[in-house]
Parts: sequence; C-alpha cells; structure tokens
Amino acid sequence: MKTHVVKENSMLRQKDMIAEHFRELARAKESGRKVVYTFVPGNLTELLLAFDCLPVHPEINALQSGMRKLSGEYIAEAERHGHSEDVCTYVKCDIGMLLKGNIGPTGEKLPEPDLLLLSYTGCFTFMKWFELLRERYKCPVAMLHVPYQADGTLEPSMIEYVVEQLRRELIPKLEQITGKRYDEGRLAGFLAASARAEEDLVWVLESAKHRPSPIDAYFGGVYYIGPLFTAFRGTQAAIEYYRELREEVAERMRRGLGPVTPEGELEDERFRLVVEGPPNWTHFREFWKMFYDERAVVVASTYTKVGGTYDRGFRHDPNRPLETLAEYCLGCYTNLNLPSRVEMIARYVKEYAADGFLVNSVKSCNSFSAGQLPMLRRIEELTGVPGAFIETDLVDPRYFSAANVKNRLESYFQMLAQRAPAARAEALAP
Amino acid sequence: MKVYVGIDLGSTTTKSVVLDERGELLGRGITNSRSNYDVACQIARSEALLDARFRLFQRGFDDCGAAPELAAALLERLRREFRRTQHLRLLAELEAICRVHAEHLGAGRSGPVVVALDEIFAALGLEADRLFRGTARPRSDFFRDIAGATYASEAERIARRGAVDHDTLLGVYDKSILQLEGKPSESLLEDQLLRAFELAGEGSDLAPATRARIEREVRRTIELPLVEAQVVGTGYGRARLPFARECIRSEILCHGLGAHATFPGTRTVLDIGGQDTKAIQVDERGLVTAFQMNDRCAAGCGRYLGYIADEMGLGLHELGPLALCGKRPVRINSTCTVFAGAELRDRLAMGHRREDILAGLHRAIMLRAMSLLARSGGVRREFTFTGGVANNAAAVAALRALVRENYGIEEINISPGSIFTGALGAALFALRAEHGEDATAHAENQTCGARA
Repeated sequence: MKTHVVKENSMLRQKDMIAEHFRELARAKESGRKVVYTFVPGNLTELLLAFDCLPVHPEINALQSGMRKLSGEYIAEAERHGHSEDVCTYVKCDIGMLLKGNIGPTGEKLPEPDLLLLSYTGCFTFMKWFELLRERYKCPVAMLHVPYQADGTLEPSMIEYVVEQLRRELIPKLEQITGKRYDEGRLAGFLAASARAEEDLVWVLESAKHRPSPIDAYFGGVYYIGPLFTAFRGTQAAIEYYRELREEVAERMRRGLGPVTPEGELEDERFRLVVEGPPNWTHFREFWKMFYDERAVVVASTYTKVGGTYDRGFRHDPNRPLETLAEYCLGCYTNLNLPSRVEMIARYVKEYAADGFLVNSVKSCNSFSAGQLPMLRRIEELTGVPGAFIETDLVDPRYFSAANVKNRLESYFQMLAQRAPAARAEALAP
Repeated sequence: MKVYVGIDLGSTTTKSVVLDERGELLGRGITNSRSNYDVACQIARSEALLDARFRLFQRGFDDCGAAPELAAALLERLRREFRRTQHLRLLAELEAICRVHAEHLGAGRSGPVVVALDEIFAALGLEADRLFRGTARPRSDFFRDIAGATYASEAERIARRGAVDHDTLLGVYDKSILQLEGKPSESLLEDQLLRAFELAGEGSDLAPATRARIEREVRRTIELPLVEAQVVGTGYGRARLPFARECIRSEILCHGLGAHATFPGTRTVLDIGGQDTKAIQVDERGLVTAFQMNDRCAAGCGRYLGYIADEMGLGLHELGPLALCGKRPVRINSTCTVFAGAELRDRLAMGHRREDILAGLHRAIMLRAMSLLARSGGVRREFTFTGGVANNAAAVAALRALVRENYGIEEINISPGSIFTGALGAALFALRAEHGEDATAHAENQTCGARA
C-alpha cells in the first residue's frame, strides 16, 4: 500500500476544522463554554450552538481512535475493567480512552461533560453508555425519548411528543447549565445555515448517479458527511466546506473523472454498488482497497444517512425551529423500521443503477445488525440484483479478518462480472 | 496434446484437474498443502498430469486390442508399481534427511537415534511392499500420513526398550518431513514409468504380440508432450499462484461450475473443505447467483474432523465408518475445534461410546452447515455436496437427515471425486479462457459424477 495519501482540498479544510474544534474543547474551561456529550443520530447541534455549547461525540472519537490504530489498546483497557468481549466496541473504545486519560483523537485532552444529552433512543446501548459516563462524571443527564418509526411513518403526535420534551426537559436544563436564555431567533439562524449546507451535501451524494461516479459514496462519503453530522452543522465553516466540496465534485464530473482514492483517481469504474452498514474503521484503507483494486465504486450507502436522511427531502427549517429538530431526531436512518430500510436500499439500487449491493454487518452491534439477512433477501427480490453479506466490526481490530473479507468480496465481484453478460442478454431479450 | 489445468490451493489439500480439448477429464492430482504452497501446487499439478498419462494409457490399451480385463489388471499393476516406486523414493529421501538430523543429536553414526532409524526405515520399506503389492490399502492418500503413522508406532515400540526417547524420535520425523515436503521432486518421471511398466508386465497373461503393442503404446504416451494451454487457479492460496489476474478465480465460482459440470441439474451446492464451508446457489448454467461462507470462525470444517481423528487416535478415513455405527448420537454443543476436544474427553469420561460421540459430532457440523445454507437462500433441488467432507459417510448421513427434515429433499448428489470439484471448475474456466466462450457448454459433457 502506498504511504503517500492523495487528499483533496476539502479534506484538508475538514482536517483543520476538526483540529480547531478540539482546540476549542481543550480551552473550554478557560473560555467558559459548556461541554455537552451527545451522539450523532438525532444530534441537536443547532440548539447547542444557540447556547454556545461545545459538543463531543463519543462514537466519533471511537471511530477516530479506530482509524488511528488506538482502539485495540482502549478496548483492552475497558475489558481489563470488566467489560465483556461481546459489548459494543464503540462503548469499550470510549470507556478505554477515558480510563487512559481521555486524550482525544488530535492528542489534546477532552474536557469533562457539563451535560450528557441523549436525543436518540433507537440504540439502547447509548443509554447504558451514558449511564456508565454518568457514574464517572456525576453530571446532569438529559434523556429524550424519541419514538421508533415502527410503522414507517412520522406521525404529528410523535413530533409534538419530542417538541414537548425539548421545551420542558432539555431547554430548561441548557438554560440552567449555561446561565443563558433560550433565544429562538438565534436558533433559527443556525437552522437556516444548516439547510444551506444540507442542500450541497445532497447534491454531492446524488452526483454518484452520474457515470462514472465522481465520488465514492461510502469510503469517500464518510468524510463528506463529517461536518454536517457532527459539531459543524449550522456554522459558517460548514457552509464553506460544502460549497468547496460541491465545486470539487462538479469539476470532477465535468471532466468525467472517477472518485479519488488514497492511491489516486479511480479510473474506468467497473462495478457500482450500494452498501448497508458502517465501514470497518480499524482497517479502513485496507477495506477500501479491496473495492478500488477491483474498480468497484460505492454509489450510495445507508451509513451516510445515520445523521440525517436529507436525500429524502428533509431540511432543517428555520420557520419551525423545535418541530424541525424533532423531525430530524425521528428521521435518522437508524430510527427507520426494516421495510423502510429495504425500500431505501432498493430505491438506491435502481436510482443509482447499481450492479449489486453489500451488507457489512457489525458483529458487536446486535440492535442494528438484526434483520439484515432477511433485508438482503427482500432487496434481491425487489431489484433482481444479487446482494453480498460480510461481517466485520466497528473498532475492534480483532474482528477484522482481512483474508476472509477479501475472499468474499473477490468472489462477489467475480460473480457480478460473470453475471454481467447474462444480465445484458436478459435486458435485450424481447 | 493441449490440456487445460485447474488448480485448487486449499487450506488442507491442493488439488489439480486436467481436461482435454473436448473438456473431458484426463487426470486428477492431490497433495497436502503443507507450509509451502508453491511446492504443493507443483506436486498436485504433476500428479494430475501423471494421472492423465494413465488415462491415456487406458485409451491406448483399448486400441491395442487387449482383453479389457487383462488390460485393466495391467493398468492397475502399473499404477501400484509406480506408486510403490515413488513411495520408496520418498522414503529414501526422508531417511537421508532424518539421518542428518539424528547425527546432529550426538554420538555421530553410532548414536542411539541413528540406530533406531535403521530399524524404523526397515519397517517402512516392508510396509511399502505390503501397501502397494499386497492386499493392504493405505489409510491416507498422503505420504506424510502413511509414513508418519508407521514411523510413530515403530518409534514407540523402540522407545519402550529405553535406549532412546520417543519424543526425540518424533522430533526428528517432524523436522525431516517438513524439509522433504518443501523440496520439489527431481526424479525423471519417464524413467520411473518405464521401470514400473517392466515390473507390472512380469507374469502378465497378455499374448506377446499384444504386450509388444502395449509397450509401444506406453512409450508413445510417455513421450507425448502434454502442453498446458491454460491454467486457472482457485482456493485460499490462489493469490500465491504466479498467474495473471484473469487466471485466478474465486473458489465460489469454481465450486459452482464444477458442481454443475458434475451434476447439471444442480441448483444448490454445499462445499465443506478444510477450513471453510460454502453454501452456493447456481442457475441452470452453473453461474453463481448467491453464496454464503462461514465467518471468522472455521468451526465444523474438515480440519475439525482431522483434529477429532487425532484426539481419538484414528485415521481420518476411519472416522465416518465408526460414527455410522453410533446407535444413540450424543448431543455435542461445541463445534469449536478447541472446545470440542474437551467436550469429547468429557463425554468419554461419562461413559459414552466412541461411535455415539462421533455420530453426535458429525451432526453438530451439519447443523452449522444448515444455518449457512439457510442464509444463502435454502436448499433447492438438485442439491450437490462437495469438498473433502463429502467423502465421509457419516457426515453425508447427518446432512441427508437434516435436509429431509428441513426441505423435504431426499436426494443428495455426491461425486466420488467431490474433493476435486473446485479444481474441475477452475479447469473449465481455463478451457473457457482458451476458447473465449461459455464453459458451461463443455460442462454438460462431464459425467464423472454418481448419485449417492
């Protein structure tokens, strides 16, 4: 593998944004800004910004630790403190990091939380995770109950229910912690900024409908969603980042170029895929390489929707500040029921003209991995396109068996290649 | 003549299949994969090419007008004589290596280990005669197993006399066999074949004129160049093969095509190899439509059976027949190879019979395979079982019962050459690469299968 990694300007810009955010976190005590630990799905960044709070996302820290080859050590530390081998590896990585001094991914110490904010309940592990953190930090907790979209629909009563909780539970708590009054006008300003960036993100993600796709909507996609899914939604920095990204992608598309991989441009796109499930972080580049070596491009992924299903039309709406935040919490991908997830993936296969789809199932995540095999069968039926299934893990390096994953992917790509002439013949048949 | 070669570098064994230009089976070769894939590949390939010559001998004999039963008997003697010559050659090489190691252990050529080796190799030489000239049959296909078993029992016998330690003797063997297996073969095949033919011909009832014709035919066949027009590799070690990218195929595709070639009605394939289990769905052309493989854990694969055989002091070939004698299969929960050893000893300690425990173990393996089959889309008619484990009658019986129970399907296709299915598929891909056409057309001509 090459050591020199090709990066675009937008990537470098994002790196600077993240570094600045962690610097601000390290200075939080002096600057007097309050720190809120919260999760990506259903995050309420604009509301936190309206109170000048700084968010910390434990699962993002965990994945960063995974990419920086630190997670193995952190997980081992958590296990030494009694956490079982089968527990979600994000949790153990975070706990391990905490036990080892809470040094964040950029090397600076993370501040302790002033509030633990849980604004999404589809993952029950999140609750237990924050219970563990509460034990440690003895800080206030705000826990919203966000109803699951069991019927695949978002009812007005569900929105009202979440708005009520924002109004009665969260906003008073934020006011108390920060000593600031809730300013709805200020919130609306951040929401308007969010919507602008969201517009550009959707444009970038949908550029993959083009042939060849100018982006990889999974391995590249995880970078593209970064600012909007984390601390930067509603900021000017995010608007600028997405504008630059969109220009870069538009230029690639105009020149008929493929996605940028760590080893340079991918030429001559061979397979177009849809992927369900998060990537493995500990072997991210090795995993990606298994795709680009075969000239396989991911044109759509569900993971890039866990922090918002913007491509289904949702935008933060400054005219309905609390309602729009409630809709956002309720609408993230992980809160959708199985038929909605099936429908989404099947639609991607068709709209993005994919040759196949792949489920990367996460071994240590039971709540999200359950149901993925029946989903795979159903999507095959709906689309007539064959699916593949592999199992890896988020940040536990022990659970990534490169030889097995490669073997399966190679088999799958060869199967797709073998199928291609037959599929063409079928399409031509009267 | 042009031939097409498929090589399946498996985790436990390496197989090779040679086809002629019409896609008909000419030869098959198998060896243990050992630590050196390159050598394993070379040996399996030369074994298959050698086997191809035997098949060509047979074709030639038929043309010479020899009575079929006499020709068949001659061919069988030729095969066994040849095997014996090869076996003796390997024994001689092994002995030489063992002696070097033994001399390093001290006291030079008069050391107790060297003296023990004299005795061991005398016994091994006698055993070769029994196996290849007498009525005894080897309990494994591989030199390392055949020689290893006798070496170990002789070493134990000698150690009991007290002059030399058992572990020391085994250590010498372990080091030497690895060295031998890593060494490519250097002997001239033609000479060995001719010598074997002379030995096999002694005492034959063939008329002198026929015999002369046959001898001419044998010489002609030996000299016939077999040109490898295309070689395709598959299996775990495929990345090790010095082939172009397009000459490497996934074992999933090869097993699908190989199973289809053997049984054209195949729709579902179960392959259980040394360390992986594959459930494959194919269409009417043998093209793979869906597949599932075992994940990060190889519990319940062929290696598991090998381990169990070792634990029980049995040969791998003896496991299935013994398990079939089980009347009341014992429930075994763990298919983890490591835990299974503990569970095995526990059940033995509780007084269960070996055959009942083995029957339970075979069922446990198949339960795992059933879950993989279900994942891949279930079992559809016709159902073909391939891979080394398909040679195990108890495994087949357990699978048959489960497939009947779950899918109402009675028949399972099993070819006696099921272990070669992946290599056959690879050889068919080789043929296709040469002709640039759909290998499945040739696949229809293949009839090497038999229904179990």
